[in-house]
Amino acid sequence: MVTLTAPETTTPTATIDLADSPVRDLNQALHEATDGQSWTVANPGGKHSLAVGIDADISVAINGHAGYYAAGMHKTGTVTISGNAGVGLAENIMSGTVHVKGDVSQSAAATGHGGLVVIDGNAGARCGISMKGVDIVVGGNIGHMSAFMAQAGRLVVCGDAGEALGDSIYEARIYVKGTVASLGADCIEKPMNIEHLKELEGLLAAAGRTDNPADFKRYGSARNLYHFSVHNSASY
Amino acid sequence: MCGIAALQLRNPSLHPEMGSLLSSMMCQIVDRGPDSAGLAVYDTPGLVSKGTSTLSLLGKDQGLPLGEITESLESLLSPSATPAVRVVGDTTLVSAAVGTDLLVKAVRETLPGSTVIGRGEHVAVMKSVGHPMHIAAEHGLEAMAGSQGLSHTRMATESAVTAGGSHPFSVADDLCLVHNGSFSNHATIRRELKREGVVFDSDNDTEVGARYIASRLQQGDDLETALINLGKVFDGFYTLVVTTADSMAVVRDPIACKPAIIAETEDYVAMASEYRALASLPGIETARIFEPEPGKVYTWSL
Repeated sequence: MVTLTAPETTTPTATIDLADSPVRDLNQALHEATDGQSWTVANPGGKHSLAVGIDADISVAINGHAGYYAAGMHKTGTVTISGNAGVGLAENIMSGTVHVKGDVSQSAAATGHGGLVVIDGNAGARCGISMKGVDIVVGGNIGHMSAFMAQAGRLVVCGDAGEALGDSIYEARIYVKGTVASLGADCIEKPMNIEHLKELEGLLAAAGRTDNPADFKRYGSARNLYHFSVHNSASY
Repeated sequence: MCGIAALQLRNPSLHPEMGSLLSSMMCQIVDRGPDSAGLAVYDTPGLVSKGTSTLSLLGKDQGLPLGEITESLESLLSPSATPAVRVVGDTTLVSAAVGTDLLVKAVRETLPGSTVIGRGEHVAVMKSVGHPMHIAAEHGLEAMAGSQGLSHTRMATESAVTAGGSHPFSVADDLCLVHNGSFSNHATIRRELKREGVVFDSDNDTEVGARYIASRLQQGDDLETALINLGKVFDGFYTLVVTTADSMAVVRDPIACKPAIIAETEDYVAMASEYRALASLPGIETARIFEPEPGKVYTWSL
């Protein structure tokens, strides 16, 4: 059943069924949506580029698994995926919230400038690669090379982190509850001060989690690789 | 970019649907490799039968009428081997009740210009150039029954777009390999294998991987060990699926450059490059779905 007209104020939710409606129509309808609306996407079937470029304060519920680049370039509102998401979830997110209830593939929230990305399950490799201000909370584990060249924002991991966490990191802050397989170049463990516990408490609460901030360790930049020095060439 | 879709059916009651399930998976990976494609199907009635060896030859036209090929094989082997030759789509299948090595010898003598793209008691391999779904339709995939199926859609990078360069590569009995990615040191390994006496059919990097695995298996490795050894020797990007008469294996390179997703239920194990290829499988809503971890070898046996 396709409902591509903007929902009436009396209808709380409009549904787009991707079993018989193209992704282009879904995204066009979401771009024409107005603040306060709720949209439901049925039968996403792992299709790519679902709910990208949203810039109205709407809530979008994707009922099933999403493919590559779901909720990319997200600006306002909330996208909730009740399933898994493929490569590049919420790529270049600017603000707003993206919530995945399952697992996500690699490069989640890559280059994200702001907003909140919550992943209840595990995230693959390169989670938060080149993040520039986004907050990411992962309920499970993250893969290797996560937060590579991270510039700003916070990455919270309630499980374990893979190899080379935070390689060549700038000013992003990373909190990990479980083990870290290895730290990348210029990423070090840092003390958990009161302001960090507070910050983490806020992030966990925003993600709807009940983990204890005191169980986490903090990682960040040693700031030794900011400027190229030939003496550091072996560290890159 | 290339596309992979593979299916191992644990529940025999699904065997009649193997072709239609694999076809529905394959049509979702066409975008990833539209230039050529290949298929391997296991235990498909009408293509292979127990107690006989079947060779899959590239192309439907072998330059000789089928009757003459059969006669030549009868005289080279013996009429009691009951050799049979038939064309399926763009592939010629030759069967006889003899060992595969003997059949390969007889086929080489009869058809010196032929290329063997599949061999064994259980597997038939079909590959061609063109739109993957046209290739699947030409070979009648939809109607095929079977225990396992493997499909590949190719976007050629390392060697030319030819039928011979399409995947799967099947270089030992019932062994097939498909690859998404590229091996960067394949020329070096090819030279080493050639020194050991291995003969190659194509310039393709993936063929080197297939020949390497066949060589390891011959030296006594099991499938898992052979793939662990491959990871130590081969450099490059890869997601590989390897099938044998009764097993299937998946491995990704240690930095996980190429995608892979697996769905497992009591009835089947399915692997694909992307989830959308799994979306229409029966019982997918309750399947265990996961991405294989980098560098880890996964195997499943029937």
